[in-house]
Amino acid sequence: MTFLFYLFAAFALIGGIGVVVYRNPVSSAFSMIISFLGLAALFIQLNAYLVGVLQILVYAGAIMVLFLFIIMLINVEDEEKRRFPFFSFIGAGGIAVAFIALLATVLKRFGPGEATIPKIKALEGPGTSDTHQVGELLFSTYWFPIQIVAILLLVATVGVVVLSKKELK
Amino acid sequence: MELTLNHFLFVSGILFAIGLSGVLLRRNLIVIFMCLELMLAAANLTLVAFSRFNLQDGQPDYDGHVLLFFIITVAAAEVAVGLAIIVALFRNRETTDVTKINSMKF
Repeated sequence: MTFLFYLFAAFALIGGIGVVVYRNPVSSAFSMIISFLGLAALFIQLNAYLVGVLQILVYAGAIMVLFLFIIMLINVEDEEKRRFPFFSFIGAGGIAVAFIALLATVLKRFGPGEATIPKIKALEGPGTSDTHQVGELLFSTYWFPIQIVAILLLVATVGVVVLSKKELK
Repeated sequence: MELTLNHFLFVSGILFAIGLSGVLLRRNLIVIFMCLELMLAAANLTLVAFSRFNLQDGQPDYDGHVLLFFIITVAAAEVAVGLAIIVALFRNRETTDVTKINSMKF
């Protein structure tokens, strides 16, 4: 269990670093897929099966294919080396390191963070899977937000069509 | 060593920091957008971890999963619109380098 956690966390983090350091956008996109697969494995380790599968289907599948498609479409070339990389590296790296240091300090004092993974009560029979539970919540308690999300998707579809038109008026 | 909530929160935080440094460091608009998605996905891990460690009647807190479902949907819509904007921009300027896109109108 612990070994798998470290393995998949390493997948997610190394993939994330790959996105930042690769000069070629296609390589960035592929390391992003690796990062998302590692993240999905962590979700599944946390008993979030539906969300883990959604992460693979939607993020690693649909969204990354969309990214790759656009990269191919507009024929992005590699970033050329910048002339004074030093200051931007110091800036970006400094902010990231400062953020991680802040996080480590906060988590050290965060009492509930010491909790180990609690045991889930095993349920038997139909209607006890997490997919069923989430679906039931979505269409009972959260019926209004899901309508809003439906409208959002419609707006996004129309927006994309309008934006992709040749003449923007 | 036993896994604790802090392990997951820390991984999520590091992933967020990597995405943040990518947004600041990279100059290609598409890669910046990808790093933004990375930050969003890192926040998702926090939600799942909290929902798993906050058991309700011996089951994970499924409200967190529902929120995550909404975040994934919104992210998908956001990517579609964002990439359409990038394509429209590329059609105008013939570049995706943010250092070359430095005037509102030209």
